[in-house]
Amino acid sequence: MTTTQSAITAPAAGTPAPRRRRNTGDLLVRYAFVLPAVLYMIAFFGYPIIKNVVMSFQAYDFSTFFNGKAPFVGLDNYAATFSDPIFLRALGNTALFTVGSIAGQFVLGMALALYFRRRFPLSGFLRSLLLLPWLLPMIVSAAVWRWILEQDNGALNAFLTGIGLIDDPIPWLTSSDTALIAVIMVNIWLGIPFNVVLLYSGLQSIPEELYEAGQLDGATGWKSFWHITLPMLRPVVSVVLLLGVIYTIKVLDLIIGLTGGGPANATQTLATRSYEMSFVEFDFGQGAALSNILILIALAFSLVYLRANARAAKNG
Amino acid sequence: MSTATDTASRPVLTGAPRRTRSARSALHTVIGIVLVAIMLFPVYWMVNASLAPAGNSLNIQWLPLNPDFSGYSRAIADQGQNLITSLIVAVGACLLSIVIAAPCAYALAQFRIKGTAALLFLVLISQMIPGIVIANALYTVYTPLGLINSIPGLILADASQGIPFAILIMRAFLETFPTSIVEAARVDGCGHVRAFWSIVLPVSKNSLITAGIFSFLFAWSDFLMALTLTTGESIRPVTLGLYTYIGTNDTDWSAVMSTAVLSSLPAVILMIVAQKYVAAGATGGAVK
Repeated sequence: MTTTQSAITAPAAGTPAPRRRRNTGDLLVRYAFVLPAVLYMIAFFGYPIIKNVVMSFQAYDFSTFFNGKAPFVGLDNYAATFSDPIFLRALGNTALFTVGSIAGQFVLGMALALYFRRRFPLSGFLRSLLLLPWLLPMIVSAAVWRWILEQDNGALNAFLTGIGLIDDPIPWLTSSDTALIAVIMVNIWLGIPFNVVLLYSGLQSIPEELYEAGQLDGATGWKSFWHITLPMLRPVVSVVLLLGVIYTIKVLDLIIGLTGGGPANATQTLATRSYEMSFVEFDFGQGAALSNILILIALAFSLVYLRANARAAKNG
Repeated sequence: MSTATDTASRPVLTGAPRRTRSARSALHTVIGIVLVAIMLFPVYWMVNASLAPAGNSLNIQWLPLNPDFSGYSRAIADQGQNLITSLIVAVGACLLSIVIAAPCAYALAQFRIKGTAALLFLVLISQMIPGIVIANALYTVYTPLGLINSIPGLILADASQGIPFAILIMRAFLETFPTSIVEAARVDGCGHVRAFWSIVLPVSKNSLITAGIFSFLFAWSDFLMALTLTTGESIRPVTLGLYTYIGTNDTDWSAVMSTAVLSSLPAVILMIVAQKYVAAGATGGAVK
């Protein structure tokens, strides 16, 4: 399941001076409020990140769990990763998966958000129903779509042959030609609710008067979308797209559930490959190296996101 | 949430006759229903398949005219224990997230202590760390600590999604909470802990519920930690149970889909009974 971020703007500089002098005891109590969270964050985020960096320079494999030995091997894990053809495949797939998913989610999400902005009976209720795919466990969606995309008994092939669009059933998830497309399709479906929710709330904040004024100048339909909606929505759009990228590059449940990265690595991404390296091949060193590459990409987009978000907060 | 009344109360700008307008908005509703129906078709299809008789070579029945509940009885027989495991883990992770996040959110919003901005930044970033990174490292420490295949191990790991989210959503609420109320109580000699417990917590009920619902759903939906931090059948959340179910060769789709329906129930129930809180968490102040 993807989540939305609560946007944070850094607290204003120059906090008000304390009203009375606090004694040390008082200060300690204040710090005690954040202590459990800080300890948790250190143990479950800080430590894993450092551990991953360390492991990526070690020969950390199956035997390590028995004899506790993980000799340092310098950059061997990275060298092995970069010379692995599956890694290059996974890198390309991650890019295609991310770009394809985001493009689809965004366009369809925007279309739905625009549609539901009209006022008509039940629009609020229908819009809230749209959230459902987003709330379901991802592995449930994977199971359902596996059944829909099944070659012989799946609903999609039955529908497509029924309307005469295809003659032979398509092996959606079992052919390396179509598997990535199918996985992207499902991920688009999963991501639409998130895009609708954020874009819809962005649309709500555009003042109605702008459209009324635009109407007088002859800006209606596409014109008003292009010249009023999009420019006004730009900060929201950049936040939606960046968050989309950050969430999409780490998607793992869905791919493992639909194809397991196959057939023949056709749907292998950095995240699934990292999982496979560590937990299937038991090479935690290389798995960690892959994780670190994934983290670097995620962090790069996160920093861009935080900047865009701060800008959106300032303008909004 | 906008409703039909908006249409009536708004002045008619286009000057179109009322009847055409209402006919048009009825058409909008119909198209809206069709759009939502297409989006929710997979959910319908899951329920439909769960009511079909057993067997791999199901003939496609577009409507469950002869519902067969044997899929559910097999699902409960095979996955009942896993559903209970998921429930325990999710409730545990939800409670842990709230207990750790609530005081922190309050401190970040109201105490001007050093490091607030840095901690907030780290909490935000932590939500963007791919789960596989955490799982990789946790496996290597969980093994010697004996936390593999354990409920506490899963609760602790699953809270890694709930805690940052809960901190951010509650802090966003507490930012708007007037300091003067707590200040007044403090002047009357009320300590920080009591002020937090008897003043702050009751008024932040809504954000507590939203944080709790999502912390629960994150843990309930978790697949990655279940996949990596459990190895046997003794402790197996239903998400992993569902996955191994699909993995078996002669797949019994009606039992699989029954399990999928049962795994979806918490999300569906919460969406219906706690719609307000779910909507609040969905937007989550993502764009402020």
